[in-house]
Amino acid sequence: MILQSIKMALKSIKTNKLRSFLTMLGIIIGVFALVVLVSLVSGATNTITESISDIGSDMISVTMLDWGANNRLSIKEVESLADKLPNVAATAPAAQGSIDAKTKLKTENVMVYGTTPAYAEIQGYKMKYGRFLMKPDCENHTNVVVLNHDAAITFFGRDNCIGETLKLNGRAYRVIGVVDSGNQQMSMMSMLLNGGGMYTVYIPYTSLIRLASGIKLSVDSFYASAVDGNTGAAKDEINDYMMDKYGDEDMFYIFSQSEISEAMDKVTGTLSLLLGGIAAISLLVGGIGIMNIMLVSVTERTREIGIRKAIGAQPGVIRLQFLIEAMTLSIVGCLLGIVLSWITLQIINILANVSFGLSIPVILLSVLFSSGVGILFGIYPAHKAAKMKPIDALRFS
Amino acid sequence: MIVFNNVSKIYHMGDEVVKALDHASIHIRQGEFVSIIGPSGSGKSTLMNIVGCLDTADEGEYFLDGMSIKRYSEKSLAMIRSRKIGFIFQNFNLISTMTAEENVELPLIYQGLSMNERKARVKEALEMVDLYPRRKHTPNQMSGGQQQRVAIARAMASKPSIFLADEPTGNLDQATGRQIMQIFHHLHEQGNTIVLITHDEHVAEQADRSIKIMDGKVYDETVGKEETDVPVSASAEETPSEETRQSRKEDPSA
Ligand SMILES: Nc1ncnc2c1ncn2[C@@H]1O[C@H](COP(=O)(O)OP(=O)(O)OP(=O)(O)O)[C@@H](O)[C@H]1O
Ligand SMILES: [Mg+2]
Repeated sequence: MILQSIKMALKSIKTNKLRSFLTMLGIIIGVFALVVLVSLVSGATNTITESISDIGSDMISVTMLDWGANNRLSIKEVESLADKLPNVAATAPAAQGSIDAKTKLKTENVMVYGTTPAYAEIQGYKMKYGRFLMKPDCENHTNVVVLNHDAAITFFGRDNCIGETLKLNGRAYRVIGVVDSGNQQMSMMSMLLNGGGMYTVYIPYTSLIRLASGIKLSVDSFYASAVDGNTGAAKDEINDYMMDKYGDEDMFYIFSQSEISEAMDKVTGTLSLLLGGIAAISLLVGGIGIMNIMLVSVTERTREIGIRKAIGAQPGVIRLQFLIEAMTLSIVGCLLGIVLSWITLQIINILANVSFGLSIPVILLSVLFSSGVGILFGIYPAHKAAKMKPIDALRFS
Repeated sequence: MIVFNNVSKIYHMGDEVVKALDHASIHIRQGEFVSIIGPSGSGKSTLMNIVGCLDTADEGEYFLDGMSIKRYSEKSLAMIRSRKIGFIFQNFNLISTMTAEENVELPLIYQGLSMNERKARVKEALEMVDLYPRRKHTPNQMSGGQQQRVAIARAMASKPSIFLADEPTGNLDQATGRQIMQIFHHLHEQGNTIVLITHDEHVAEQADRSIKIMDGKVYDETVGKEETDVPVSASAEETPSEETRQSRKEDPSA
């Protein structure tokens, strides 16, 4: 019976092509808006969250806010935190300065990080060539430097430049390693987060003190990583330690990478909800269009309803038939909307050289929602048809 | 078996009251071929609609096969129409967007028959009315007589026990009318009850007997006691029916 009703519904859509299309237009536009907007948002979100997780979402950064405090953290104290606090795996003090770097090939401003060996581990860096900073480098404040990929290419024209010399503020530093830069987005992201340029180099913390004025033995900021991804617990332990030491939460600021992701999720969630809401409203408007045309159709086909009842159609069967017709209109509209969205996304992809795909959950959602709209707005016309008295319907002309 | 017990149908048109049926009592046995004859506006169609469970009585009671249909729901009435009643309307009442075979198949879908069973029955019914070659035609591609034959095929396909035909030959020429009447005789021979509404004496004569209707009042000689209030003139009109029944048997067209 349902199959028959679907066949009849498709037939009646076919016989009234233009009218059916205009009726479906509301649904088509609604679904189109929903699918395209949400796919764009979720595509963008994915790109951003991927970049964030590349940086390492279990990284914690601690920054001192009160520069005038007298019992400041020492490098030793920062390094001892990894032993003192059970959920903290490693800590690394970090200071940074913008310094002129020079080789035969190029002179350019670079972002210099003064840090300790643990930094690479916390940041999840992999080495492309050579090694990262090691303990003796820091203890002896030797003049060694680790470059990122972009810096290596720019200053030496190749990334395997171990043993070469880079001049920082006129002092010669020996290159001991090149960091594998990962993907493009990561450098973009670190540029955004650190406010630095594309060229990043790492030297021992103690070496940076000699190089840049304003960088002292006391630590202004450090990074930490957590044991087994217990970022929250590690963050709390550091917070407790700092509170014990300074007794004032305004003295320092603790921040974890996962907070960026959470904030990001919140923003995109709200955005999706907003766009989804707009699309839902247009779907509802489409539903009203369907109800309108179904009411017209019921009136137009009153005689047909009478005939069907006379030859044995029960009210429930008539109701089902018109309900299925309304649903068919909305679902066919929905499918057309999805096809249109797909075409649009492909065009955007080609024009903007990106790769947005249809979001499967949003397709399911729009099919579900359209069927819901079909039922909701089909039920009244269907009921009207079902409860017609056979004799009145037959007499209708 | 169709039994009307003082059935009335009353229409209110503003202040005016129209008694389309006025305490009508009839009695039609299983397998009978009965014609209902009366002038235009006398209430024939009203009667047929009530017999066919399309409409309900305002007063009195209607027993179909011994059951009062008074308290049946719309759903049950639809089931009765589906299984027991085959309608043939004056204006055919085919669905114009469907082909002949789809029209004939429709009541079978409502009966819940399987696809194979439906196909077989549609073929059988359309062959009976000589329209199988035209099964793909829609009603507006067919003549009136052909449409009426499709309507008869539709009624036959669902194998009802009662055929209700409202002036089935009214819109057709004589030759086509005779053709249609032959189909009814055939259906009657198979043991079906036929109720045929007409205002044409010649058509009415072909039935076993005629029930006369005039201004909503029904004269049925088989209903015993109720006949006391039947006017003498009306009883006199009923006498020829016995003769016509015999004459029909000699009629070569029958
Ligand atoms: N829905 C209705 N509303 C008001 N009056 C009606 C309605 N249906 C029928 N009538 C009246 O009831 C009476 C009987 O009508 P009915 O259709 O049964 O006559 P009929 O014998 O079938 O006539 P015909 O031979 O012209 O078809 C008529 O006077 C008609 O005007
Ligand atoms: Mg009539």
